[in-house]
Amino acid sequence: MMNYLGSLDPMTLVRALPGNVAQGLIWGIMAVGVYITFRILDFADLTVDGSLATGGAVAVMLIQGGMHPAVALIFAFLAGMIGGLATGLLHTALGIPGILASILTQISLYSVNLGIMGKANQSIGIGQKNLVASLRYVTADDSAFFFIKLIAGCLILVVITYWLFGTEIGSAIRATGCNEQMARAQGINTNFTKVVALMISNGLVGLCGGIYAQYQGAADVNSGRGAIVIGLAAVIISEVIFGKLCAGKRFTFAYTLSAIFVGAILYYIAYTLVLWLRMPSDYMKLFSAIVVACFLAVPYLKEKYASKRRRAVR
Amino acid sequence: MGYMLEIQNIYKTFNPGTINEKVALDGMSLNLNPGDFVTIIGGNGAGKSTTLNAIAGVWLVDQGKIIVDGTDITNLPEHKRAGYLGRVFQDPMTGTAATMSIDENMAIAARRGERRGLGWGITKKERKEFREKLKELDLGLEERLSTKVGLLSGGQRQAVTLLMAALKHPKLLLLDEHTAALDPKTAAKVLDISDKIIQENGLTAMMVTHNMKDAIAHGNRLIMMHEGKIIYDVAGEEKKQLHVSDLLAKFEEVSGGEFANDRMMLA
Repeated sequence: MMNYLGSLDPMTLVRALPGNVAQGLIWGIMAVGVYITFRILDFADLTVDGSLATGGAVAVMLIQGGMHPAVALIFAFLAGMIGGLATGLLHTALGIPGILASILTQISLYSVNLGIMGKANQSIGIGQKNLVASLRYVTADDSAFFFIKLIAGCLILVVITYWLFGTEIGSAIRATGCNEQMARAQGINTNFTKVVALMISNGLVGLCGGIYAQYQGAADVNSGRGAIVIGLAAVIISEVIFGKLCAGKRFTFAYTLSAIFVGAILYYIAYTLVLWLRMPSDYMKLFSAIVVACFLAVPYLKEKYASKRRRAVR
Repeated sequence: MGYMLEIQNIYKTFNPGTINEKVALDGMSLNLNPGDFVTIIGGNGAGKSTTLNAIAGVWLVDQGKIIVDGTDITNLPEHKRAGYLGRVFQDPMTGTAATMSIDENMAIAARRGERRGLGWGITKKERKEFREKLKELDLGLEERLSTKVGLLSGGQRQAVTLLMAALKHPKLLLLDEHTAALDPKTAAKVLDISDKIIQENGLTAMMVTHNMKDAIAHGNRLIMMHEGKIIYDVAGEEKKQLHVSDLLAKFEEVSGGEFANDRMMLA
């Protein structure tokens, strides 16, 4: 035991921190996408696992073909949107239950991604110029500049998302997610709003995939596996920790969105911590699932316990 | 002047060809003049709510025509008809979006029947307007514009839903047992508000109710439904003279005395 503890070097954790922050901020973009479907639209969208890899595949192939990495992200975003469109149409036009529709898209995207890349993974050279994000920026001398840019980018995203869901169409999407019957009675075409929300969400996921592929220097057809769980983890961690803090403020929604990025960072810190404790990395997916299950269960058990106590008092 | 609503011989069968087959509307017809406020009574499964749902377009009818103010809406999807209609439901949860604030809910209603774009979802001017409308309800809601609707009581929610339904001066207001889930005192208050809103806006309205006293006391016309058809239709002075006992007798006559177990007894 002493040996085990002695062998753990706290400095490893400190050194890993910048990487955690960078990864958290990048995956936070996907988590915002997950928030849009899971919380706003009330739709468990598993398309994410496919569209994340699609974004990466599209970005990497375009960069390989000579496109500027920043411009490639636009196409990663659009590719993600098409994934969302597919799920949306399967659900609304063909009447397939939401979760199943998204699984169908996810599975098809696996083939599509292989088709885009021609093989299971493709890399961009380490020395690639103009990358929007890269592992090497994290350890570079001017890493502060990289983080400022990344944080600014995330904040711009929060502002755009905040604005979008304050518009007429955004309000219509929120109403659809909250109460479909009400939405239709108020003249909202709920099929349309669902498709739009799925497209925006998966667009963000594709964007995240594109940035993450640049960050890692490669796109992998399996990179999206379990992505939805990481997205959910970020959303739920942020809600459990910052939920009360965000509520009732003037710009509640903006705070909530920002908190998702912090949630994603915390997830990566916890992830590193578990690895640091010498958990075999094979178990990391299990770890992610347990984190999500626990945080999802907390509000439920809290309520159950509270009502039991209320009964006891009476 | 033309009719505000024309229902021409509509039919609707649920689960056709199965053991659960149910003929819900069996050649129902009805014409409403502008400004008519008709109350609809009848036993369970008589087709009252089904009629309102047929008008609202929750599903399409099997046969027949529905015309609102000269426009044939028979084949329009639900969200496209919404521009002509205002709806309040039995369950107070149904008519509003719980996680959105009072003013956001009203702003959504204010865009019923219009294209929704990238303009801001609610304007300052609207907020002021909503505050004034809420004040008229006299429930103190004008001070709680940014309160989530989910935190309101059932009666308050129905009142807000009524305001939302009337906001765009619909051609037709559909009230589907909108007081049935409320306690008697709140129900009376919501009925008062309904009367007021209908009168002030000169709306044409249909109200389904299980309460025969309410059916007699409100509106200028009363219809009784049975097995998907209208079996009794009375208006004006004749309606005013009605008593609950008359309606019970009428009901017994068509249903062969089986009404004893029916909720209508509670009237």
